[in-house]
Amino acid sequence: MLRHENATQPDTLVFQKESATHGIIMNTRGLRSQLKDSVPVAGLCPQGAYGVQDSMRSGFSSVKNELLPSHPLELSEKNFQPNQDKMNFSTLRNIQGLHAPLKLQMEYRAARQIQRLPFLQSSNLALDTLRGNDESIGFEDILNDPAQSEMMGEPHMMMEYKLGML
Amino acid sequence: MATLVVSQSPVGGFSFENCKRNAVLEAEATKVGSSLPAARKTGTTICGVVFKDGVILGADTRATEGMIVADKNCSKIHYISPNIYCCGAGTAADTEMTTQIISSNLELHALSTGRLPRVATANRMLKQMLFRYQGYIGAALVLGGVDCNGPHLYSIYPHGSTDKLPYVTMGSGSLAAMAVFEDRYKPDMEEEQAKQLVRDAVAAGIFNDLGSGSNIDLCVITKGGLDYIRPHDEANKKGVRTGDYKYKRGTTGVLSKATLNLEVVEETVLTMDTS
Repeated sequence: MLRHENATQPDTLVFQKESATHGIIMNTRGLRSQLKDSVPVAGLCPQGAYGVQDSMRSGFSSVKNELLPSHPLELSEKNFQPNQDKMNFSTLRNIQGLHAPLKLQMEYRAARQIQRLPFLQSSNLALDTLRGNDESIGFEDILNDPAQSEMMGEPHMMMEYKLGML
Repeated sequence: MATLVVSQSPVGGFSFENCKRNAVLEAEATKVGSSLPAARKTGTTICGVVFKDGVILGADTRATEGMIVADKNCSKIHYISPNIYCCGAGTAADTEMTTQIISSNLELHALSTGRLPRVATANRMLKQMLFRYQGYIGAALVLGGVDCNGPHLYSIYPHGSTDKLPYVTMGSGSLAAMAVFEDRYKPDMEEEQAKQLVRDAVAAGIFNDLGSGSNIDLCVITKGGLDYIRPHDEANKKGVRTGDYKYKRGTTGVLSKATLNLEVVEETVLTMDTS
């Protein structure tokens, strides 16, 4: 502060440039470290029933099959919602300060816990309202609707798993 | 029936489960010599022009599936909102689903803001969606409409880039149509002049490009209202047969006539068991 008041013209320019570049560096560093939490590449392991290789769906098993995504968009689509959330939180943190994303994340956590029994699909109404997804329609609402999925988990097993009895 | 013992909750949206299997199938098919069926494209001429009072969008009406014409009269000008319409070129399913999704989103947005939607909003939504899918959604669009700020015309490419211009063309016949525009476009044209210009541009695409054909559809959007003219011009009428190979009655001369009377001896009805 004091330096700013007693500074000469070239000094103020340098100070502004320093603070600006420092500000920019801090933001991107924060964003990069957050992006590390995205779904890892190894999460692409093909899963059939009982954890066995599903040849009908994913072809023969090979190391290449398990490491690389089957489609260039697969990774980016899997991470899309988390990335959007991170971008929004980062922007909020820069504009309004740390309290805004902290409070919002607390609400997200609370909303995420409002679920039905583990084998039933929840509508996630509170979470959608928080994210703003209740006012938009995308492919995730039209294609592959989880409420109409043909696979279901075994109810008793899933309850036991959830209660830790398994 | 195999159920997963403990499954993760399925998410909506695109599922990439069958991509590897499809790649293997395609490799097998090319080994044998056949190929998988092609998606229906609209291989098209679409164009738009801004005139004095608004925007005119024009499109041809042919949809192709590889080398075959799948639909001789398909509608390529899609509704987005009462004051905004969008022509679509590229994969037919992609353009239709994309415009329908954006139309729904824009309706929700308009209900939320309470205002007539702006063309820039539709443009922004479209480009963000197309960029998210990195060009895999093959939809090249010409978006035009009139809102509170006047008439606007945008062209949107499958990868998500957009241009805001006074006249645009897209599709396989875009070069032919653009040639006509470049020659005869003037700013602030009258409605009739602009309609004739768009009609000629789409006709140039129809006659000089194999992927475009049949009729010309026009959509005139002004502040006062909307005029969806389908078809505006039937450039390619299906031919009428000039001759007939059927012989007329009396062509063959009758030499003699003999009549055989048949008696009905018995009539039975066999009921069918439809249970």
